[in-house]
Amino acid sequence: MSASNLPLYTTPLQRVGHWVLLIFCILVLVFLIAPVLVVVPLAFNNEPYFHFPVQEYSLRWFRDLFTNEVWLRAIFNSVLTATLATLLATTLGTLAAVGLNHHNLPGKRLLMAILVSPMIVPVVVLAVGSYLFFSKLGIANNLLGIVLVHAVLGMPFVVITVTATLGGFDMNLMRAARGLGASQIEAFRRVMLPLVWPGVLSGALFAFATSFDEVVVVLFLGGPEQTTLPRQMWTGLREQLSPTILSAAFMLILFAIAMLLTLEMLRRRSVALRGVVE
Amino acid sequence: MDSTASLTQRLRKAERRGQLRAYALIAPLFIFVLLSFLLPLGTVLFNSFYDPVVPKGLPRTVQALAEWNGPRDQIPPEPVYAALAQDLKEAVQGQSHGAIANRLNIEESGLRTIFMRAARRVSAQEEGPWAPFFEAADPGWAQPGIWGTIRNLASPTHSLFYLSALDAKRNQDGAVGAQPEDQRIHVTIYLRTLGVAFTVTLMCILLGFPLAYLLAHLRDKTANLLLILVLLPFWTSLLVRTTAWMVVLQKEGVLNSFLQFLNIISEPLPLVHNRFGVVVAMTHILLPFMVLPMYSVMRQIPVSYVRAARSLGAGPFTAFIRVYLPQCIPGLGAGALLVFILALGYYITPALLGGSTDQMISYFVADNMGRSLNWGLASALAAILLGAVLVLYAVYDRLVGANNLKLG
Amino acid sequence: MFKRINSSALAVVGAAAIAVLPGISAAQQSLTVASWGGAYTTSQIEAYHKPYTAKTGTKITSVDWGGTLGEISAQVKSGNVKWDVVDLEAAEALKGCEEGLLEKIDPAKLPPGADGVPAAKDFIPGMILPCAIGVIVYSNVVAFDKAKYGANGPKVLEDFFNVAKFPGKRGLKKDPSVTLEWALMADGVAVGDVYKVLGTPAGVDRAFKKLDTIKSSIVWWTAGAQPPQLLASGEVVMTHTWHGRIVDANVKEKKDFALVWDGQVQIPDLYAIIKGTKNLDAAQDFVRFASSSQPLADQAKYIPYAPTRNSSLALIPASNPNRAYLPNAGHPGRSMSTNSQFWMENGDDLNKKFSAWLAK
Repeated sequence: MSASNLPLYTTPLQRVGHWVLLIFCILVLVFLIAPVLVVVPLAFNNEPYFHFPVQEYSLRWFRDLFTNEVWLRAIFNSVLTATLATLLATTLGTLAAVGLNHHNLPGKRLLMAILVSPMIVPVVVLAVGSYLFFSKLGIANNLLGIVLVHAVLGMPFVVITVTATLGGFDMNLMRAARGLGASQIEAFRRVMLPLVWPGVLSGALFAFATSFDEVVVVLFLGGPEQTTLPRQMWTGLREQLSPTILSAAFMLILFAIAMLLTLEMLRRRSVALRGVVE
Repeated sequence: MDSTASLTQRLRKAERRGQLRAYALIAPLFIFVLLSFLLPLGTVLFNSFYDPVVPKGLPRTVQALAEWNGPRDQIPPEPVYAALAQDLKEAVQGQSHGAIANRLNIEESGLRTIFMRAARRVSAQEEGPWAPFFEAADPGWAQPGIWGTIRNLASPTHSLFYLSALDAKRNQDGAVGAQPEDQRIHVTIYLRTLGVAFTVTLMCILLGFPLAYLLAHLRDKTANLLLILVLLPFWTSLLVRTTAWMVVLQKEGVLNSFLQFLNIISEPLPLVHNRFGVVVAMTHILLPFMVLPMYSVMRQIPVSYVRAARSLGAGPFTAFIRVYLPQCIPGLGAGALLVFILALGYYITPALLGGSTDQMISYFVADNMGRSLNWGLASALAAILLGAVLVLYAVYDRLVGANNLKLG
Repeated sequence: MFKRINSSALAVVGAAAIAVLPGISAAQQSLTVASWGGAYTTSQIEAYHKPYTAKTGTKITSVDWGGTLGEISAQVKSGNVKWDVVDLEAAEALKGCEEGLLEKIDPAKLPPGADGVPAAKDFIPGMILPCAIGVIVYSNVVAFDKAKYGANGPKVLEDFFNVAKFPGKRGLKKDPSVTLEWALMADGVAVGDVYKVLGTPAGVDRAFKKLDTIKSSIVWWTAGAQPPQLLASGEVVMTHTWHGRIVDANVKEKKDFALVWDGQVQIPDLYAIIKGTKNLDAAQDFVRFASSSQPLADQAKYIPYAPTRNSSLALIPASNPNRAYLPNAGHPGRSMSTNSQFWMENGDDLNKKFSAWLAK
């Protein structure tokens, strides 16, 4: 939207306004991205300080991160918990989204609202409640409790994404498959799933990221054996800003970039599969 | 005639089968949500008014007090003391006397000492008279005060936690009054939470609306590229973003060094561990939640409306205010409401970037769970927060529809 | 394709989950010990954990905690006991015992001192409690950076509250204990009267009013590792600290911090066992080991905390520089010991008032 693209009938005041808008938005974008970028060079700073200029670069904090037993266990726990939670959330969420896609379902709106609500409810309330409830069941201090709650937190993303994907799915394909003799399950497996899997995978990625980043539930339900990466960072942040945290932060930023790229690829795949021209 | 009726029947049956199949697909998730989400939330609500420490710990005493049912300014007769002695002996045996003492002390400072003094001696004495025994253990037993508190707690369900969450209490004479001055913090906390959430929402609107407007009016390719600058922070871990802000805002941090380098300031500014740091970081984290929904709404506003208004003689400003803006309101409202709801429940960011006077209500829920171990109060505070969020969520659902939470 | 990936991935992860989820039951015995972190935990790892592991083969995991009974109570109350042994202060040990949160420790089983004196006499009075055994005594003092003040640093406790003479931020532990005693002492209350005054509502008000005079200059810390960091980064000009952490910073990071011993509040640390722990015997054995003469003397090598056994003092080599930093090594100024009974009875109330005062 450069000056040359502005229509001929814009007044000088409008031109000024346009430039003000542009500069303002650039500042906002800088505001959004700068803090994230700032972490990157500091993670490679040889000195344990957090201000520029960086005199010497080194990998010492990364070495610390990947050789320290505590951090390694945290990374392992994070990956394990997130994987299990994602599997649970994606399976249940996809099935439910298919069910919710039915054209005439009494109570759909209420069901949808309930299923999406874990995204809205303050995490502390859920963490406290699951701590109290799971303690009674005896599963409060192990991985199972954390996986269950993380799955609950990630599931709304799966439901929303798959519902949106199914919105663009032509149900006639299913009817055609049924008409050609496929059973319900076969039609789902061989017609619907191959076309909607990018949407399902996107939802799964959302769920994975949610679990990977979650710290409040782990604070309440986790013991020292279940410490995850965010939990370890939280402990470090409250006591002292050790640069090892910055190297962990850098890894998480890489992870975010990877997720972003994957999602974009999935989106294009989804579009291609549905034959939509955008 | 016959075949049409049976066709309608068969259609209805097929429809119902389809619906049942749909429900069956939703059922596993619903059961899971019930067990791992609804029941935990229910437990919180339950704990906010169910408090059986005293009725279970001092059953005979509670019954004796109910039978006596005397006025609150009198001390009860000997049978009540005897009942208490029995209960206390059992409590000391089962080591539950400490929990009872703590519960009483939460209501009224100093009751723990009075109670424990009697508990420590009760196993040594076999027979009554009990009233003199208790009075000898601690003079507080000869006052109606502690009995008033026990009577307040006699019922397993009560509203004392909610009263406390609203800075009120039930006095020892049974009437509802205000908490002592130096313990009245909760109303302040609610107002502070609402204030911070409101400020953050406002900042998100101010920063997000122009950005969404710009993105909506750019070519798709450029917009998608710039959207990465919005999506990358969105996908970055919350803790990473909070860490980043600590690094940027701290006394020897990036921003202060930069401003000092430019000679704008000579002494570093206090930008973190205060309200400023909290608001800035929360705005940064919640901004994508405002921009993304507004962007998707704005993209769908036809360009022709504004052009039509201009061609009918409206100036650019008028066209914007009277034609474009009203079409943005649904997206704006949805984004603002979402940001507000999320901001209400924030815990991590204020805990790390705020000072002790910046903590929001989630912090006090966690604090009462872990530190002061007042689970009932924590549950009441959580229930109030949950209630507020659910009301707003219902409004959101009404306005927008829960499944329209598009996040790019 | 999707289905194939899904089912095989499911199988792999499922198998891993089955192996990991219930918790790999250790072939060897292991203990979890909760302590205060940083240099103090390091000293315990060197003096207690490593020798114990070498002697018995039991693996010991260290966890940091914040010292409030709430953390223990939550575990016991909900039936999820995560820690076995915990290092806590006497007030918590007394209260926790009364509330059934800690296991009883049999004093008769404690080993005699290295010089043969029976345990009951070897320990300093008040260190053998029904549910806890004393290990060390540390001191709460004010610390500052000599690099900043040189010879003109704070010298008495009142200087901590004197923002006019010593402008700048002060670090203070986010806890009423020590904070309130210091406020009263700085306000003119004699050491012997502190708890008498603090026991009255007027006294509590007086303490908070004194704190109000510096409230806006306070940086609150929660973990023992923070005070040296706050001093090093210049975020505070002086800070409340646990004295050993500063000595450690001087040694390890070549800092030049100084301590103000006037107004020191000595507090003992004890080991206790959480009720319901699955490793009761190992926990008891560890506590007996850690509180015997030699390990207690050894920990003084790493951090200048006073052992609670008289026989241990003789075992600390005279050449050890930490001897000069033991709390009772003849430092100038006022000194007092915390009144654990007082904090046991009034801790809840004062904590409530403190939280409310903080949040305003």
